[in-house]
Amino acid sequence: MTTLRAGDLGVLLTGGGLVVALTIWAWGGDHGDTVVIRAAGRVVETASLAQARTFAVAGPLGTTHIEIEPGRARIARDPSPRQLCVKQGWLTQSGQAALCLPNQVSLEIRGRTTAYDTLGY
Amino acid sequence: MTRSVIELPVHADDRRIARLAALAIGLTLAEAALPSPVPGVKPGLANIVILLVLLQYGWRAAAWVSGLRVLAGGLLLGSLFAPGFWLSAAGALVSLSVLALARYLPRRHFGPVSLSVLAAFGHIGGQLALVGIWLLPAAALIKLLPVFATAALVFGTVNGLIVMRMLATSTPEPNMSPDILAGTRKG
Repeated sequence: MTTLRAGDLGVLLTGGGLVVALTIWAWGGDHGDTVVIRAAGRVVETASLAQARTFAVAGPLGTTHIEIEPGRARIARDPSPRQLCVKQGWLTQSGQAALCLPNQVSLEIRGRTTAYDTLGY
Repeated sequence: MTRSVIELPVHADDRRIARLAALAIGLTLAEAALPSPVPGVKPGLANIVILLVLLQYGWRAAAWVSGLRVLAGGLLLGSLFAPGFWLSAAGALVSLSVLALARYLPRRHFGPVSLSVLAAFGHIGGQLALVGIWLLPAAALIKLLPVFATAALVFGTVNGLIVMRMLATSTPEPNMSPDILAGTRKG
C-alpha cells in the first residue's frame, strides 16, 4: 500500500503527457506552412515550407537570396546596406516577416490562421 | 394525545458523514485563506478527505461529504450561489463522476494516487467547462489550460500520496466495507 503501483505510474505519465500536449497546443504558437515572397509589393512566389529550396529575387539594388528549409525560412543574402532582414535570421511562426526595404523584397510566413488581416509596410 | 416532536433517527452513518464533512469543510476554509497566484489554482486539500471517505466507506458516503462540503463551504465563505460556488459544485460533480468510474479500476494496479490525479483532472475539467460555457469566452481560457492542468497533476499527486500514507498508517475500523480491507491489505 505504501508504494506506487504500475497503474499509478501509468496515470501519472498520461497526466504528464496531457500537460505537455496542452502546453504545446496552447502556448506553442502557430507554425507556418507557407512562404510568401514579395518584390516591389507584388507577390512573386508562394512556396511550401515543407521542402528545402532557394530563391533569387531581383530588386532595384541587386539580387536577394532566400533560403527555405523544412519548417523555416530566411533571407540568406541581400544587397541592402544595413542587412536588417538578413539579421532577423530564421522565421518559423505564422505572421513573421523579414523586410528588405532598400531592395523592396519581403519574406512572410503564413499558417492556417493569420495573426493579422493585413500588414502595411 | 399525539406527540408533536418529529423524530429524526440518526444512524452511526449519519454521524460519521457529518464528522467527515466537518473535516472537509475545515480544510476548505483553511485553504480559502491561502493566497493563490491564479484563481482556481488550489491544493484541493478537501479532496484528501473525499478520497479517504471513498476508499473507506464507499462512493455514496464520498458524494454526501463532497456535497455537504460544497454547500457548507459556500455558506461559510459567503459565496453561496455566487459564481465561485457554482464552479466549486461543477468541479465536485465531475470529480465525483470520474471517481464513480475510477473506483472500478483494479486495486492491484491502481492506488490512491491514480484516483487522486483523475479526480483532480475531473475537478479542474468541470470548473473550466462551466467557466467556458458561462463566464468567459473559451478562447481566453486556452492560454490558461497548461497552468491548470499542471496544478491538477501536481496537487493530485501530492494529495494521493498523502492519502496513501494515511491509509497505510491507519488501522482499519471494523465497519469498513470489505473491498477496502482487500485494497489496504494487498500490495
